[in-house]
Amino acid sequence: MTTPSETPRPGPRPAKQTFAAAGEDVDVMAISPVQEEGMLTDDRPASPFDDDIVAKARELAARYPQSRSALLPMLHLVQSVEGYVSQEGVAFCADQLGLSEAEVSAVVTFYTMYKRRPCGEHLVSVCTNTLCAALGGDAIYQRLQEHLGSDGKPLGHEEVAGTPGEPGSIMLEHAECLAACDLGPVLQVNYEYYDNQTPEKAVELVDALRRGEKPAPSRGAPLSDFKSVERQLAGFFPEDTDAFRADVDGPSQAVETLRGAQLAADRGWTAPALPDDVPLPEVEHK
Amino acid sequence: MSADPITPVLTKRWLSPQSWRLSTYEKLEGYTAIRKALAGTPEQLVQLVKDAGLRGRGGAGFPAGVKWSFMPPNEDKPHYLVINADEGEPGTCKDIPLMMADPHSLIEGCVIAAYAMRSHHCFIYVRGEALHCIRRLNAAVREAYEAGYLGKNILGSGFDLDITVHAGAGAYICGEETALLDSLEGRRGQPRLKPPFPAAAGLYAAPTTVNNVETIASVPFIVNGGADWFRQMGSEKSPGPKIFSISGHVERPGQYEAPLGTTLRELLELCGGMKDGIPLKFWTPGGSSTPLFTAEHLDVPLDFEGAAEAGSMLGTTAVQVFNETVSVPWAVMKWTQFYEHESCGKCTPCREGTYWLAQILERMVAGRGTEEDIDTLLDVCDNILGRSFCALGDGAVSPITSGIKYFRDEFLALCEDNRAKQELVGAQA
Repeated sequence: MTTPSETPRPGPRPAKQTFAAAGEDVDVMAISPVQEEGMLTDDRPASPFDDDIVAKARELAARYPQSRSALLPMLHLVQSVEGYVSQEGVAFCADQLGLSEAEVSAVVTFYTMYKRRPCGEHLVSVCTNTLCAALGGDAIYQRLQEHLGSDGKPLGHEEVAGTPGEPGSIMLEHAECLAACDLGPVLQVNYEYYDNQTPEKAVELVDALRRGEKPAPSRGAPLSDFKSVERQLAGFFPEDTDAFRADVDGPSQAVETLRGAQLAADRGWTAPALPDDVPLPEVEHK
Repeated sequence: MSADPITPVLTKRWLSPQSWRLSTYEKLEGYTAIRKALAGTPEQLVQLVKDAGLRGRGGAGFPAGVKWSFMPPNEDKPHYLVINADEGEPGTCKDIPLMMADPHSLIEGCVIAAYAMRSHHCFIYVRGEALHCIRRLNAAVREAYEAGYLGKNILGSGFDLDITVHAGAGAYICGEETALLDSLEGRRGQPRLKPPFPAAAGLYAAPTTVNNVETIASVPFIVNGGADWFRQMGSEKSPGPKIFSISGHVERPGQYEAPLGTTLRELLELCGGMKDGIPLKFWTPGGSSTPLFTAEHLDVPLDFEGAAEAGSMLGTTAVQVFNETVSVPWAVMKWTQFYEHESCGKCTPCREGTYWLAQILERMVAGRGTEEDIDTLLDVCDNILGRSFCALGDGAVSPITSGIKYFRDEFLALCEDNRAKQELVGAQA
């Protein structure tokens, strides 16, 4: 009986093994299809995930009856560190949850919120679904593409203006319906809502972001950055109560949201009055 | 006695300052239903919800009490309650404002529903892009634990419940209940074959019920008011109030909670009519997956039966209103691109069909269509409808078939434009 060999894992190690087998006279770097830094050195690049992140990942896995359920939040956690899901991030989740990297990659590539390339300091998502588009969403997206593009080339979907991760850098994307249709056209910056937008307002907004300003959203917490909100999506909120409350109490009561309730209040319309003490129905005991 | 045009129940606390806080909720009758419910039996609560005729607010309209009664009475395996807060159907924008404004009503509903179904762990699966809701829910869950409304031995009743707020990651398909369960298990969100239904084998193959946010948030009111009170609003088969989300070319878009059975004509009166007086052309009664309506349908009662009889579906009561300036083929193309992007790829009719539908529509809108394309579209639709794994495929064909049914001329005009151009080219040659 033969011993099954270990499944090769992508990354520097198998690459090194492969090239080691090629013999000493082969210039492996010259024939390599990829030129990855540190490919032939012994140590993998230092893990970007420190002890605090490892502890958080374990906490996530413990939140669920079955640890695999923690994968989606854990990928948000990975993005909070790296600003995207790198191959190291995939390996990290696989390690934590006892999954193969293929299983994790399959999940990462399914969901649009996991970015496979480094995101900007901010992520700007413009709704271009039918209703927002008809109200001007397409024009907003097009205008931002042109405005954020360089060398006469418009910025594409999930491309970054500026250097990813640097202050003022922006990833632009067109998004599907953001569930704020009564406030359309809408866009989000780091998933905070900016309602009732126009191309001009949107340009002003991204210019402010590029200058390092953080204009307040119409609805949501004071604007932070992509990595910080990814930590919240992973389920980790500011430890400090006041900071958490400041986020939670960020505005939400848009005029549109309250219109029906306000109209009813103005006109004196109400639901039928709740009766007092209605008993629960009797049921036969089986 | 007929109800007022607007009947704020779910939305009645929204005007209060910091309506999302526990202190506000408690001042406004919050957490009173939970005491009454926990003093009763699970069977009584299931019966109450059946008597009230509460139907699922997520689009399908399945009777909630009946769904609850599918849960096994024993507890051989853990039972799970999962709240579908993955709001993403184009046009739909009711659950997100509800969770922002009044998260405790959802949590109180979860406690009651979980008790009725003998579940001790509830998951609220919130769409990832709805970050502010996720924050508010987390804060509300924290407050509820501290006040003893969640955790062990809730209010001394002996009933335990934990709630976990779980953020999605951007996939419309996860609003389909079995895809949601796969996603919650840490997998790609792809629907499962039914049966088995979630009540038999759901989350971790254990008995599970998936309910929409608005459905569960209605429960505390039903417990307090009783079935007869609830039935004073709406129609016989579709009782209760419903949040109508009116968007698009109207003067005052917004959230209007009205009895089920309200018509678009009445809703338009509430929201100030068509914007700038430009006439109505088409609208969706409940999101893009519900076949389009036109100005002929202003008086269709918007309840589950009324919308179905008129050839559409009630869906999520996401009323998207479009005026005469909007091209139907263009709107249909945009929606089709959405379904193409969101098709999970599991089944062939939907994966391939939406891809080809989008290609054809893009070509037509670009002025390079032919009359034959219309037949091809309908033929492809016919091969998706009822043949795909889940309702996404059915939803994808709704705008196309209804768009062609009511506005065939507009599709034809695209082709005729095309012919005219060809002739012009020919004349020059």
